[in-house]
Amino acid sequence: MKIGSKLEKILESGEFAVTAEIGPPKKATGEGMRHHAKMMREHVDAANITDCQTAIARLSSIAGGLHLMAEGVEPIIQMTCRDRNRLAIQADLMGAYSLGVRNVLCLSGDHQKFGNHPESKNVYDIDSMHLIKLVKDMRDEKKFFCGEEIKDNEPRFYIGAVANPFADPFEFRVRRLEKKVDAGADFIQTQCIFDMERFERFMEMVRERGIHERVKILAGLTPFKSWRGAKYVQTSVSGMIVPDALIERMKNSEDQKAEAVEICVEQIKHIKNMKGVHGVHIMAIAWEDIVPTIVEKAGLYPRPKVD
Amino acid sequence: MIVAEQKPITEIAELIKDCKKVLLVGCGTCVTVCLSGGEKETEIMASALRIMREQEGNPIEIKTTTLVRQCDPEYIEELADSIKDADAVVSLACGVGVQYIAERYMDKWVIPAQNTKFAGGALEHGIWEERCALCGECILHLTGGICPIIRCSKSILNGPCGGSQYGKCEIDKNIPCAWQLIYDKMAALGRLEEMMTYQPAKDWSKYRDGGPRKVVREDVIIE
Repeated sequence: MKIGSKLEKILESGEFAVTAEIGPPKKATGEGMRHHAKMMREHVDAANITDCQTAIARLSSIAGGLHLMAEGVEPIIQMTCRDRNRLAIQADLMGAYSLGVRNVLCLSGDHQKFGNHPESKNVYDIDSMHLIKLVKDMRDEKKFFCGEEIKDNEPRFYIGAVANPFADPFEFRVRRLEKKVDAGADFIQTQCIFDMERFERFMEMVRERGIHERVKILAGLTPFKSWRGAKYVQTSVSGMIVPDALIERMKNSEDQKAEAVEICVEQIKHIKNMKGVHGVHIMAIAWEDIVPTIVEKAGLYPRPKVD
Repeated sequence: MIVAEQKPITEIAELIKDCKKVLLVGCGTCVTVCLSGGEKETEIMASALRIMREQEGNPIEIKTTTLVRQCDPEYIEELADSIKDADAVVSLACGVGVQYIAERYMDKWVIPAQNTKFAGGALEHGIWEERCALCGECILHLTGGICPIIRCSKSILNGPCGGSQYGKCEIDKNIPCAWQLIYDKMAALGRLEEMMTYQPAKDWSKYRDGGPRKVVREDVIIE
């Protein structure tokens, strides 16, 4: 056990983990997040707080993490390289740890072009690979990124990273995941999976290289409220693959929301039997309320207790 | 070369609206090659401004000259006479030329006629593309001769990020993903395994983050 967060304990005990995503609001209140946290606290092991996702200014992920903790949900704070240089990143990591946050997810972050401040200057002082190593070196080497020693009270995070099996070049995706594991990732959350066949191939390559034995992999899933949402992601979001069949199935259903839940539950049941996958990460974007239903229907409730 | 693009003529006209005598200065190097600030473009701009002012019933006297280059004090010196009675100077050089004229002639108001874009080259006639970030510490030997600092939208050193799809960057379907290009080149060289090497973070102090930069070459300084 490296740090003993609930997420780490669940994963290390060999249980199939369930995490979900909670998006912070575009306003200065934690009310909505606390509501979602309360709703899902018995159904998830931990929840991600996005870091100004799609480059839209929102309540910060660390502050969001505190709102979750207040409602009994363990947070996984997301941290991107888009908005902070190495100084700010380390400052925020120490600050978050001092407040009780124990899991961090390292990402490069969506380019600001997509957001509501496209005129802003991006940072990208370091990339996601460096960020993983930075968090690991603070924890395991007790060193700042510059090499200087952290005398005591070093931040000790359970380190998450992301992998996108649907981006290109496909053959390199597994190797890049491996590079992240080499850099220090303890767990991986994947991009939303809609193309199960491609994910199968990805996992096959992961197993061939034995990567699943060195890192915990959580498969990312997203239920769409409507077929239009699915169509939008298919045509407008780079690095995503949404099969036509899925859109058609949503379109032809009488109750699209119920169908979305059904699809997600099927995906979870399928993934649960896939060797090398250690859990699921449910990203119900702007539809957090549905998470408990999905978890229950997928047979993942009640969640295991860890001390 | 430095690639620059002219500001809209109306913007330039607005900037000199209170002037009666203006000197337009072209530059014979980069901006001549990228067809935005050489002798020809300087003459065309002068004519356009004269016509605009004529039509407004407020004629302007415009002189033109094109220097060998504006990034060298030696040539800036050549303006000493022609600049004397000018109310303003419009430089068609990159941002370097504008500053060289402004620094040399303390009493002159110097206006940029161009938006200086980037260090790059021509793809074909009329299309230029960025290639170099001028970052101060070249790493092209690590990346198959393709620069991730300037050609990757996130300057990632251990790419490609999860937004790379069908060879394109997540920010625009018309922008090639630099890391896909690097991948293809490394594959062609039989050096793909090198992409597994962790590339450490960049030392940005060699870039503008270290403050304004200067190169001193003792061996070529003339005493």
